[in-house]
Amino acid sequence: MSEPVFKKTSMLTDAPTHYCPGCTHGIIHRLVAESIEELGLSDRAIGIAPVGCSVFAYRYFNCDMQEAAHGRAPAAATGIKRAVPNSIVFTYQGDGDLLSIGNCEVNHAAARGEKICVFLINNAIYGMTGGQMAPTTLIGMKSTTSPKGRDPEVNGYPMRGAEMLATHEGTYYAARVAVNNTKNILAAKKAIKKAFEYQNAGKGLSFVEILSTCPTNWGLSPIESLEFLENKMMPYYPLGVLKDKGAE
Amino acid sequence: MNEQILIAGFGGQGVLSMGKMLAEAAMAEGHEVSWLPSYGPEMRGGTSNVSVNISDKPIGAPIISPGDATCVMAMNLPSLTKFESFVKPGGLLLVNSSIIDKKATRTDITVYYVKANDLANELGNPKTANMIMLGAYLEKAKVVKPETMLDQLRAVFGAKKPQLVELNENALKKGADSAK
Amino acid sequence: MARVLMKGNEAIAEAAIAAGCRFFFGYPITPQSEVPEYFSIRMPEVGGTFVQAESEVAAVNMLYGAAGTGVRAMTSSSSPGFSLKQEGISYIACAEIPAVVVNIMRGGPGLGSIQASQADYFQATKGGGHGDYRLLVYAPASIQEACDLMATAFDRSQKYRCVSMILGDGMLGQMMEPVEIKPVEVKQYDNSWATVGWADKSRPRAVVNSLYITHEELGAVNKRLQAKYKEIAANEVMVEEFNMDQPEFVIVAFGTVARIAKNAVAKLKEQGINVGLIRPITVWPFPYCSLEKAAAMNSVKGFLTVEVSAGQLVEDVRLGVNGKKPVELHNTLGSVYPTPDEIVESILALKGRK
Repeated sequence: MSEPVFKKTSMLTDAPTHYCPGCTHGIIHRLVAESIEELGLSDRAIGIAPVGCSVFAYRYFNCDMQEAAHGRAPAAATGIKRAVPNSIVFTYQGDGDLLSIGNCEVNHAAARGEKICVFLINNAIYGMTGGQMAPTTLIGMKSTTSPKGRDPEVNGYPMRGAEMLATHEGTYYAARVAVNNTKNILAAKKAIKKAFEYQNAGKGLSFVEILSTCPTNWGLSPIESLEFLENKMMPYYPLGVLKDKGAE
Repeated sequence: MNEQILIAGFGGQGVLSMGKMLAEAAMAEGHEVSWLPSYGPEMRGGTSNVSVNISDKPIGAPIISPGDATCVMAMNLPSLTKFESFVKPGGLLLVNSSIIDKKATRTDITVYYVKANDLANELGNPKTANMIMLGAYLEKAKVVKPETMLDQLRAVFGAKKPQLVELNENALKKGADSAK
Repeated sequence: MARVLMKGNEAIAEAAIAAGCRFFFGYPITPQSEVPEYFSIRMPEVGGTFVQAESEVAAVNMLYGAAGTGVRAMTSSSSPGFSLKQEGISYIACAEIPAVVVNIMRGGPGLGSIQASQADYFQATKGGGHGDYRLLVYAPASIQEACDLMATAFDRSQKYRCVSMILGDGMLGQMMEPVEIKPVEVKQYDNSWATVGWADKSRPRAVVNSLYITHEELGAVNKRLQAKYKEIAANEVMVEEFNMDQPEFVIVAFGTVARIAKNAVAKLKEQGINVGLIRPITVWPFPYCSLEKAAAMNSVKGFLTVEVSAGQLVEDVRLGVNGKKPVELHNTLGSVYPTPDEIVESILALKGRK
């Protein structure tokens, strides 16, 4: 018998995920899970699932999990972290959950400097409810509630999460990453891991926005979706570290 | 005993605190008490009032209904206008005649005019007008012993502001003397 | 401990600490703001945590998170703020998280007034948010009773893994009365379900959740919840029956209004009219049994429900009396509280003397 060259992280359960073919949620789940395991934080981790495509995240992350009301994950995370200060608390939220209905909760959690990790999965659309406009939907991008394309006169402008969160004094780390190719995936892993390291060291809120795809609701093939992410999303949502108090 | 005392005046006249002082003293003497303030925007400069019940039995309604008050202390004119009718027949009405130039209209109650602000000014501290009024009330109603009230003053101001114990004690006495 | 004169809102907070509560999440709103103010002073002194949330919505979800780790935690608000909390309370009820909430009622609907009211009775007793759930609702009439019930509220929330509510009004919150905060024996219940980090692998992975996407799963959860509410209804009813020896009429009222009604009972006695009072202490579960019993008494000619709302409590009274005797309503609106004399008038009207 030869040694296995690859093993699935123990921080993911064996439950089959419900994500659509070509969706990059699976990659992001793995990056978060691997980071927790590699840092030896599995026994202390408590995750919070959102409402949206990743609503079933509590089935997949192999740690204690709470499922929060729509947008309220950072508030629930606040309660958990205050009650169990030694825990490693993370929220995993979509762009509707975090930037629309939960905009208040995430900004105040950051302003308070809650010692938690917040992961925003930005795919510029509402996935679970069937392709409606998100706060991150690009100008001109069609959705079922902006059928002629997002018009700033009618719908306003897309919102940049990482930049906004970076403004808060209580935010320790804010970065935007993407999972469209190997290089970016490795960079994303690094950012996610750093977020957990900072929390483990008792620092303030760490925020990582991850650009993701939605082939189903974008009406594109998985390959085309990765190209859309690179060519259309990245110019509006530039990658990079927006704030790193640990590097200052 | 079943005293139902309604104290009313401008916000800042110390209406709520004189009510609290009275309730604390009555409780210390073993009575049942309740203290119910008006609250909200009227605290800030408008007319504020407090209802204090003192009884030997468990207190029912903490609200004092019109015609039920054993005593009303009116610290300003709007309070006299509003609450004169609350005094029960044979009850007591104390009017701060320093700033209320009107007379009470009822003839079925006992009315005393207390120059609370003038007497307070004589003590050199206009803020003690509430204690002057309370002193007058205690002299008339004998609800709690002066010693118990003094203990309350010590408990409230005590170690931090001992000079205020003496000042307020003097105010209570001056008020009592004025009602003798 | 000797009796001390305390404001209702502050006494409620102190009683919660005595009951083992160490986590409070809230947001200021008149007339309950002294609750968060008091906790902000006391929690650090007892090694607890106070967080002023950015909204009532956030506060109740902080409660969800913290109580989901098994600790004793609570939030409080007043009517408009309490409407905002309903989403979170529904989730907490479904996720079967033990939690305590306090509503110091004020006038409504809308922004209403800041004065006391009882108009959140339906919201408190019939669920409040979406879905089939109930809260265990205690309606104290005095500050001492509020403190004593706080210990019960925390214990039962842990025992049944349900939401307990203290339902007071602005009068109870703002008034002062002598109170003794009694020491509470804090009983520990199994909380292996709680999310504290999965270090103890002898238990299953903990998931605090209210999503059950299949008919089978959601059906099973609802059946479990309903069985629990049935058990609570069977075991947890609290009621005061006052002057119920062959009364001619029976007044039904809860909270501070029941105290006013007691004055009316005394005044009626002076006139030679024997009137009883049924005061639900738990408004859910409602003491229907007391009303059934009273309705069956030969002496009782009718019931008078007294409430500061448009006819909410009276519906439960009618369910209990079940048509056996007339049930009349004496209610006031706009945060106006009835006087004992007005209640006396209504009883006299019932008696047909006028």
